[in-house]
Amino acid sequence: MNAPQIEPLGDSAVIIRLGDHIEDAISDAALALAQSLKSSDVADVLDIAPSYASICVRYDMSRVRFETIAQRLRDAMANADAKPSIGAPIDAIAIPVCYGGEFGIDLDEVAQQCRIDSERVIELHCAGNYTVAMLGFMPGFPYLRGLHRDLHTPRLDAPRERVPAGSVAIGGAQTGIYPRELPGGWRVIGRTPLTLFDASREPPALLAPGQRVRFTRIDSTTFGAMSR
Amino acid sequence: MTIRVLAPGMLSSVQDLGRRGCSALGVGNAGAMDGLSLRLANLLVGNDDAAPAIEMTLRGPRLQFTADTVFAIVGGEIAARAASDIVPLWRPVKVKAGTQIDFGALSCGARAYLAVRGGVQSARVLGSASVDINAALGRALVAGDELAVTASRFQNSDRVIDAPSWSLDPAPWFDGRGELPIALLRGEHFDQLDDDSSRRLFSSAFTVAPQSNRVGYRLQGARLALCAPCQLVSEGVMPGTLQLPPDGEPIALMAEAPTTGGYPRIAHVAAVDMPRLAQRRPGDTVRFVEMSLADAQTRYLRRERELAALRHNLSDRLNAWL
Repeated sequence: MNAPQIEPLGDSAVIIRLGDHIEDAISDAALALAQSLKSSDVADVLDIAPSYASICVRYDMSRVRFETIAQRLRDAMANADAKPSIGAPIDAIAIPVCYGGEFGIDLDEVAQQCRIDSERVIELHCAGNYTVAMLGFMPGFPYLRGLHRDLHTPRLDAPRERVPAGSVAIGGAQTGIYPRELPGGWRVIGRTPLTLFDASREPPALLAPGQRVRFTRIDSTTFGAMSR
Repeated sequence: MTIRVLAPGMLSSVQDLGRRGCSALGVGNAGAMDGLSLRLANLLVGNDDAAPAIEMTLRGPRLQFTADTVFAIVGGEIAARAASDIVPLWRPVKVKAGTQIDFGALSCGARAYLAVRGGVQSARVLGSASVDINAALGRALVAGDELAVTASRFQNSDRVIDAPSWSLDPAPWFDGRGELPIALLRGEHFDQLDDDSSRRLFSSAFTVAPQSNRVGYRLQGARLALCAPCQLVSEGVMPGTLQLPPDGEPIALMAEAPTTGGYPRIAHVAAVDMPRLAQRRPGDTVRFVEMSLADAQTRYLRRERELAALRHNLSDRLNAWL
């Protein structure tokens, strides 16, 4: 893994780059560094967000220039090495999912593309241990690492106009959950009755970066009961 | 005191300077597309910089002021009228209780801001009153909405519309003819543009596509290409980031930019010029000029000093009139 590189992202943010591809070790490093920078409370930093292989830091450009904020971040990273990192909670959140049928309209297509049967898709999806690598695209939309290789499925050629809220989907090597009804190009295999994002709730997002996640299977009756 | 929305106009919404601190949850900045005009409008009514105001797009709303109110309209040239009286822009205005104002069409610029003394009261979501339409945080105004306004002190006038003889000169703050170029910083993937494309980025007259909105402006007229296709992992983007999707038409992300993206990031609009870009309408021309990071930051800091000086210089005159 490379030493972190700090580059400008326009004139009001920087990217701290750790790598250029999706890999558990790099993602873990990005999550840990984002957490440690948050705790370091670097002056004039407005926002810190990890992604798969980098961290985006937004800063107050009315008060500080790029060179200064870059140096502050370097100092914070140097100090962080000397301190133990604060890890994300170890417990996984269990996300109940009703698979297939009207809740997972692409399940059979995914099974076909992966050359296994639909039951096996569900088994493998539920057997996984996932980590939220990042949130993005929409409030509360989690990008989950840990999808079994046998379930990797390319996105749709053209996105659907409407993917229902709570849809659990596969896009390439990633799995994610649509927090609300949105256009989307990922393959929908199931749906959760849980609310992924509610701005009036504290915390607003169910899943934060670094959160461990498991999926558990429920039937449609249970789905109905949990939805009320 | 309240403001009643009789007709919403094309797209009117409560905005302030946006949300900070939530990007790790996928919640972006949002806020006023032309934050400079919003700040100037607030300044003219003696509000804090970031007091919530109303952003009016292309065609403004019809509003009724239920109490005596002080407001200011800053931004594009909007045809605001109280019955047959023209409501002046770029200065504070006292309006009598019961008055209806039709904010009309913008004849130049895309957006105008209505700041009300005391500020528009609006539920704060994740620290900001700004509506993020794309992220479904709040919504645009509709007929029947009633906006509460925090009461403030001023001397009431007998006239329906009462404005001072002085006003702010828009020239230092607003590109009235929409002709000035937009400063652009090279982005991480700029060097991967082929030679033709890197030249075309700074020599072309792009047109703002009709579907452009608060999320982003699609720029038509010159397709750009990278030397070789690249598959990128999603990472942070900002308002102002210029993305290059596979079809070669650059997208300038605007106020409601998502927090992450997977397209190549070829350039970034200088923060100081985002207000200028936000005032270009669908069909308008956009030209870019290259600027270094250092120069872009210098220009931004200079304008901040000018704003601070303006606030200081205006204060006595404003208080005397209020």
